[in-house]
Amino acid sequence: MIQGIGLHEILVVSSLMFFLGIYGFFTRKNLITILMSIELILNSVNINFVAFNKYLYPNMMQGHFFSLFVIAIAAAEAAVAIAIIIDLFRNIKTIDVEKVSTMKN
Amino acid sequence: MDFQYTILIPGLMFLSFVYNILWGRTQAPKIAGLIGTTSILIAAILSYYTAYQYFFNVGLVNGTFQAIIPFKMEWLRFNDLLFIDMGVLLDPISIMMLVVVTTISSMVHIYSFGYMHGDDGFPRFYAFLSLFSFSMLGLVIATNIFQMYVFWELVGVSSFLLIGYYYQKPSAVSAAKKAFIVTRFADFGFLVGILLISYITGTFDFGLLNDPNGAAMTQGAGAGFLGLSVMTWALILMFIGGAGKSAMFPLHIWLPDAMEGPTPVSALIHAATMVVAGVYLVARMFPLFHIAAPDAQQVVLAVGGFTSLFAAVIAITQIDIKRVLAFSTLSQLGYMMAALGASGYGAEEGIGYTASMWHLFTHAMFKALLFLGAGSIIHAVHSNNMTDMGGLRKYMPITHLTFLIGTLAIAGIPPFAGFFSKDEILVALHQSSHLWYWVEVVTAGLTAFYMFRLYFNVFWGENRHYHHAPHESGLAMTFPLMFLAFMAIVSGGFFMFDFGQFISANLVPYDIHIHWDVAGFSIAVAVVGISVATVLYMKPSAIPAKLANAFGPLYKATYNKFYFDEIYLFVTHKIVFGLIARPSAWFDRHVVDGLMNALAWITNLASNSIKGVQSGQLQHYAMSFVTGSVALVLFLLYFMTR
Amino acid sequence: MEQYIFYILASIILVFSYLTVTSRMILRAAVYLLFVLIATSGIYFMLNYNFLAAVQLTVYAGGIAVLIVFSVLLTSQLNEKMEKVTPVKMLSGGLIAFAGAILTISTITQYEFVANGLAELDPSPKAIGYAMLSYEHNGYVLPFEVISVLLLAAMVGAIVIAKRPAKLLNEDATEVDMSFPTSKDAYKSRTKEEIDSLLK
Repeated sequence: MIQGIGLHEILVVSSLMFFLGIYGFFTRKNLITILMSIELILNSVNINFVAFNKYLYPNMMQGHFFSLFVIAIAAAEAAVAIAIIIDLFRNIKTIDVEKVSTMKN
Repeated sequence: MDFQYTILIPGLMFLSFVYNILWGRTQAPKIAGLIGTTSILIAAILSYYTAYQYFFNVGLVNGTFQAIIPFKMEWLRFNDLLFIDMGVLLDPISIMMLVVVTTISSMVHIYSFGYMHGDDGFPRFYAFLSLFSFSMLGLVIATNIFQMYVFWELVGVSSFLLIGYYYQKPSAVSAAKKAFIVTRFADFGFLVGILLISYITGTFDFGLLNDPNGAAMTQGAGAGFLGLSVMTWALILMFIGGAGKSAMFPLHIWLPDAMEGPTPVSALIHAATMVVAGVYLVARMFPLFHIAAPDAQQVVLAVGGFTSLFAAVIAITQIDIKRVLAFSTLSQLGYMMAALGASGYGAEEGIGYTASMWHLFTHAMFKALLFLGAGSIIHAVHSNNMTDMGGLRKYMPITHLTFLIGTLAIAGIPPFAGFFSKDEILVALHQSSHLWYWVEVVTAGLTAFYMFRLYFNVFWGENRHYHHAPHESGLAMTFPLMFLAFMAIVSGGFFMFDFGQFISANLVPYDIHIHWDVAGFSIAVAVVGISVATVLYMKPSAIPAKLANAFGPLYKATYNKFYFDEIYLFVTHKIVFGLIARPSAWFDRHVVDGLMNALAWITNLASNSIKGVQSGQLQHYAMSFVTGSVALVLFLLYFMTR
Repeated sequence: MEQYIFYILASIILVFSYLTVTSRMILRAAVYLLFVLIATSGIYFMLNYNFLAAVQLTVYAGGIAVLIVFSVLLTSQLNEKMEKVTPVKMLSGGLIAFAGAILTISTITQYEFVANGLAELDPSPKAIGYAMLSYEHNGYVLPFEVISVLLLAAMVGAIVIAKRPAKLLNEDATEVDMSFPTSKDAYKSRTKEEIDSLLK
């Protein structure tokens, strides 16, 4: 519990962070920046988990552990995503998401 | 007596066909011909042996000839009562037909060695001849209507193949198509008739159907349509099939065109054997026709009688030698049909049946002779037209003599075969129907006239300028001519008092004797016809042309075969195509297809308009996804919280 | 006092999040993301989840952010600005994000969360460790093992994907030959001399 701060404040912050990530996902062209947006989204979700755990169910650890696992998954996802991006760059010399459509058709 | 070997008679021909069609091209053409000829000769010997055994060794049982079924296997079973067999049926008429078919076919096989010599399709020709012989023999020995129908269609196919033998010639191709379509059209009637009969009587078997005391005779007598009983309709429909094959009026149009085939084929198929299948069908079903459906028998009489006169009139004006013979065939087939139509069942009444079969026999001999003679002439002159011939008697003595015998036989001059059989037909008609008697007497006179017109035009008259001097054909061609001429002489006189001993409607032997009142008159009529022809055509004269002018339109109509081809063309092209086929085609193309095309077009349009959604752009998908989620949440909030 | 620290952290998070998604210099965007991640770990510290905050710092700020910076260095021209976002895209994306944010925040603020009011659990590393490897109630051994397998798979996958194809290791090759051998050259029959020369 943070003194003088309610659950609502934290949730508002995480929501704004989430939709900023969404905005970045929509507008960015570079695949790496899109990946960054995804990290933002994951982070906001983590904050939510932790906050709910702390404020509503302080006697349990579920939210805490969920955040831990999300961090681990985020790490794995980032590693694979970056591997794909690098391979893509090697093959088609660009990481512009609008040009990465050769899987189409 | 064990007749099991009779299965070999058609079986050999089938083997010959299979061999020739598969391996005929791989070896010398002569071998294909030898195989076909050997097979048919063996089949002929077997047939003669069978006839001898059947008539003289088995002979009469209780005063009648018994039908023997030496071989039978079940082919298709519908239910306990209705099934189709394949088998061999031996009775007087089937044995007579075996003899006729194998005899003529052997002669034609031998003759073709000379006639078709050097032709590219020699093995193919012999393969088809074998196929035809196989199907015709199978038809003849059929034990039930359905087996007959199967071979009936096979005969139609081989006829089609042989008419279209010169398939590079458009006229031959269209003649083959015409023959096939017309007979197929008639066979539809045959099939419906078969189905009706099997529905009424529950059997296909000839033995059960033709038993005069059997159940079939009374079944189907009631429940009529248009005042005729069901059985009558069934038999009329079957007769339509027979009329199609035998080229009876008004389904006669295919036979003259069928002369596009090689001449031996015309002799075998379109004069002696296949075209009598219709007559044979009626004879086969004769007890049923006569006892169960006399009205149908009257139809047979009327159609046969009219066809014989009609065809004889047309034959007078034709100049194509083979077409004259074709119309003459029509006319003689009409005789046979009319005799069957006029016949009673047994004894003196049943003379028409005997006469019809006898005429079938003799006609096969002398008409095959005439056709083979015509083939010999055509071979020498390289033309079908009488106007290109004349004075040939000096160049081709054997052909001339045999042709003269054939002509005398068909004209009905004793002691040649045609006289006896035709006389019996006239006797039969005299007994039952005076109208048709007089028609046939007139026809007999016309027959004598047009046949001698043909004879004089070809062998007498003025000498034409030939490219090279015509010469007599080789032995392969003259031997069949001589053999058939011999048969044309003896088949009448030799059997004179015997034919009725073998073949009669009720299978009881009957003594035929000449009725000199009828016979004398018909001889007189024939002599008149011959005399007129002699005056007009023996020496070149202007009288025929003047006569043609005098008759004007009538002559023209006759020359054009009374415009029947044109009528059929009008009916098919203008009425059937114009009123039914083309509107249906239009409907199919525009409405049915249009519907399908419209469906495809609409689908295409719809997918074109929404295919942008599948852009492959990741961010578009994400945007749609988030928008949808937001909209869904809004929707749920709005409805769930109220 | 804590209140103000939270506000400061919250504003850091929001401002740098915004800068992360809008900055046109890619390396700067990565650094801004790092700030956001560090500020987030600050919030975890404030919530007394020290272990989680440490993990956030090491894995996220230390691992992922560095990974991203490396990939940026590998793939991008650092002194080039990214092209501007088109107004249509900015407008549509902004509108949707804005609508979603308004919707979420209005829903959150209207909702009365009820705490269960029980005594707080001590989130010490020891307790976490026990819970992580416990297979009893409130034990997390199964997800723990699943995650470890996932991490292994991700590691292998990343290596396989990013590995240079063997052919590119050759001196002159600049491009991977991805085409299948055509039947002509692949299955062409070799003469005896060719086979002999191959065998030598």
